[in-house]
Amino acid sequence: MSPTSGADDAEKWNLRLYTAGQSPKSLAALANLKRVCDEHLAGRYSIEVVDLMKNPRLAKDDQIVAIPTLVRKLPEPLRRIVGDLSDSERTLVGLQLKRK
Amino acid sequence: MKAERRAPARDVLPKAPTGIAGLDEITGGGLPKGRPTLVCGGPGCGKTLLAMEFLVRGATEFGEPGVFITFEETGEELAQNVRSLGFDLQALIEKNKLAIDYVRVERAEIDESGEYDLEGLFLRLGLAIDSVGAKRIVLDTIESLFGGFTNEALLRSELRRLFRYLKDRGVTAVITGERGERTFTRQGLEEYVSDCVIMLDHRVIEQTSTRRLRIVKYRGTTHGTNEYPFLIDEHGFSVLPLSGLKLDHEVSDERVSSGIAGLDEMLDGKGYYRGSSILVSGTAGTGKTSLATHFAHETARRGERCLYLAFEESPQQMIRNMRSIGVDLEPCVKKGTLRIHASRPTLHGLEMHLVQIHKLVSEFDPGTVIVDPVSNFVDTSSALEAHAMLMRLIDFLKGKQITSFMTHLTSGGRAVEATEIGISSLIDTWLLVRDFEHAGERSRGLYVLKSRGMPHSKQIREFIITPRGVQLNPVKERKK
Repeated sequence: MSPTSGADDAEKWNLRLYTAGQSPKSLAALANLKRVCDEHLAGRYSIEVVDLMKNPRLAKDDQIVAIPTLVRKLPEPLRRIVGDLSDSERTLVGLQLKRK
Repeated sequence: MKAERRAPARDVLPKAPTGIAGLDEITGGGLPKGRPTLVCGGPGCGKTLLAMEFLVRGATEFGEPGVFITFEETGEELAQNVRSLGFDLQALIEKNKLAIDYVRVERAEIDESGEYDLEGLFLRLGLAIDSVGAKRIVLDTIESLFGGFTNEALLRSELRRLFRYLKDRGVTAVITGERGERTFTRQGLEEYVSDCVIMLDHRVIEQTSTRRLRIVKYRGTTHGTNEYPFLIDEHGFSVLPLSGLKLDHEVSDERVSSGIAGLDEMLDGKGYYRGSSILVSGTAGTGKTSLATHFAHETARRGERCLYLAFEESPQQMIRNMRSIGVDLEPCVKKGTLRIHASRPTLHGLEMHLVQIHKLVSEFDPGTVIVDPVSNFVDTSSALEAHAMLMRLIDFLKGKQITSFMTHLTSGGRAVEATEIGISSLIDTWLLVRDFEHAGERSRGLYVLKSRGMPHSKQIREFIITPRGVQLNPVKERKK
């Protein structure tokens, strides 16, 4: 039942959320992500929001197909979670903050 | 442009020519312009190549830049695969006539949590289309999305949105799909792409591989419903349209010499009609090839192009042998008026031969085509098929006003006239070469069995092969 990934608690988390404008799904994803992070990674995470409407080239460069897509850049390995992150259980599993 | 010329009717759909040999004929001008077309078939059937050729020809021949969205191969792999067809993708990309985007979808790397859409893909499509001003797009193959995402209902509604989006952008799209068990494609893409569906097929019958193409559906257009054989080679795709089998060829009054004075004499003193079909039948070693090469030489000597399809001898062997009877083909070959194309009849299936001949003819644009011998085709197939194939061949050549000259090997002991394939009706001038016993001597004789549209000799002439060529002598003269 350990809620951690086994990584040490001081580890920095670098997250990037790809959105397309201010769509309800994008807004929901950001809110849901903040909630999960505050709960599990308080003080050691950063979230970068990339609006592909403004910079569509990044969709190609970063292989984004679905919106919203959350990418865990650090810690490695890279993880991708698509969706508005409304299913916290699956979000945690996807971020490897929780084992299946 | 082509489409408008072909179909002047008011309510005809505008079409985007593919530039693929034969396909535009079958579809009456190309694919539905500004709409999606589904190309489906099993693995290795040539879907990707067809799609790519559509884009390359669009960019190079019709001034329509294109976008290739690949879901399975990277851009480099794709470029490598089509290099063998003579397509240089890199050059097109540099000239801003082609954009390739490799969309990687790997389920193992993706978790899902809650609702999402495929806006990222739409943005990429939009970007790619805008970057080159694309008029054409290929999605190869969009079904891969089903392997990457689990929410099928969502995928389906997004696909529907995608096809609407493509129509709104006014791009002519080719969507490829793997053939399913009971459906055209595994994910039933035909549900979304309803304007035009093309099915490709690759089968092996008696060790001979045959590729076929069929237009399953083409909304608002009359199209050929047959299965058309096609070929993929170093110049890309070519589809063989079955000819209409209509007897409405233009007829020429012009005569062409057979290359043998005695034979011209038998044919009203003038030789064959241009654009007619000529057949020489005879048992082995009666000099059929000699007659053919005389005609070939004569054609080439006049400066007209002659295509010689040799199914028994290599070009070198033929040139050597014919030199021994005083016909030197080499200068004609060097000058480029004679092309000898040698192949084994069993190398391809019957239809593949036909496609091959089609291709050679459109490349070389000959005035005369010689098939030596045509009987070899009969060995590789059933009589019915062979007959159909010959009919198509003769029809095709006549339609182009090309004189066709065929030799036919009859088996000994059988009446020469009983040509297995019963092609008499297709032949305008029919020559028979056979051994005769005459006045206690055995000699070779030639006579004209029929020759449409001219008063021809009814004589049997003695047929002698001399070091200076074939000679035909009146039989009587031989009696001292």
